[in-house]
Amino acid sequence: MWNLMEAGLKHNDLVTAFAFVGVIMWISVVLSKRLTFGRIHGSAIAIVIGLVLAWVGGTLTGGQKGLADISLFSGIGLMGGAMLRDFAIVATAFEVQATEARKAGLIGALALLLGTVLPFIVGACIAWAFGYRDAVSITTIGAGAVTYIVGPVTGAAIGASSDVVALSIATGLIKAILVMVGTPMAARWMGLDNPRSAMVFGGLAGTVSGVTAGLAATDRRLVPYGALTATFHTGLGCLLGPSLLYFIVRGIVG
Amino acid sequence: MIIYGVALLAICTLAGVIMGDMLGVLLGVKSNVGGVGIAMILLIFAKLWMHKRGGMTKDCELGVGFWGAMYIPVVVAMAAQQNVVAALHGGPVAVLAAIGSVVICGCTIALISRIHKGEPLPDEPVDSVPITAAAGGR
Repeated sequence: MWNLMEAGLKHNDLVTAFAFVGVIMWISVVLSKRLTFGRIHGSAIAIVIGLVLAWVGGTLTGGQKGLADISLFSGIGLMGGAMLRDFAIVATAFEVQATEARKAGLIGALALLLGTVLPFIVGACIAWAFGYRDAVSITTIGAGAVTYIVGPVTGAAIGASSDVVALSIATGLIKAILVMVGTPMAARWMGLDNPRSAMVFGGLAGTVSGVTAGLAATDRRLVPYGALTATFHTGLGCLLGPSLLYFIVRGIVG
Repeated sequence: MIIYGVALLAICTLAGVIMGDMLGVLLGVKSNVGGVGIAMILLIFAKLWMHKRGGMTKDCELGVGFWGAMYIPVVVAMAAQQNVVAALHGGPVAVLAAIGSVVICGCTIALISRIHKGEPLPDEPVDSVPITAAAGGR
């Protein structure tokens, strides 16, 4: 009986994922209402549940794709993969007010530059403090603090060792998770209630996944503004990491 | 027809991603440069243009609005497939570098928001079920 059901669920993996995520969302909204009286947004709870499930999946299978490595939940991989994620982010742009986005253009660009340089400096300093002395390792770990894609791309370009690359990916992943979970809590303090600050946030906080999940849990309508700048974040990091930033680090540590 | 909206969204997404890839190749970067951002700008312009010409029907908006409203569930699925185990195995270097950069960026955001105050969005009319609120579009 279970085998029959399992086969049915596996054959319709994307549909299974829709049903499964729907149940998670429903549980989260109920928890948000009953447990926190609406103070913590249902989406924030759903994202945390997702991360916990990813940990469970990763521990059970030893794979790299969290819950999606369990064959029953392989549809989660498609539903939350880059293709549908980008498709859905672009759709949110439909609610963007063009005038608002244009007003924040310059400050958004400045935030984007700061969002690449500041985390890089922090990451590089921590790497130095933990005894890394070669320019390649320092640059790769610093780039990982920008996003978890910039880290490995930079590391591959300048020839970092695989454990340093793994470290830089871990740094970027922890950063993305912190942004996802921390944004709703710090939203008021950061002044995240208008399109302009959302675009600054997108430029500075980096990682499309962290930014958009964090904003989704704060105020759904801010997502497109943050995503608009965040999407340039990884590209800019990949551009500056292996070139300008690497040369500067090499100039300093020799 | 709803499919017109979905197709418009798909065409904008594909055009943006391809342009982002081309920009990456032009700049000599092994990554997509702003593909999704370009796609979003294309969609905003397409919407303005179609509104002016009167080609935007309610059904067409529904086709895009549905995917916009699916965004949060997609993000939950995305969270469920992160490599959390690897992230937690990174050790103190990864944790400290991540916390440090998040705190510094948070402070900078707070600073910029205080200097450059934007207009807050007006309160949403009925916001009891945010997931379904935008599905229909305006």
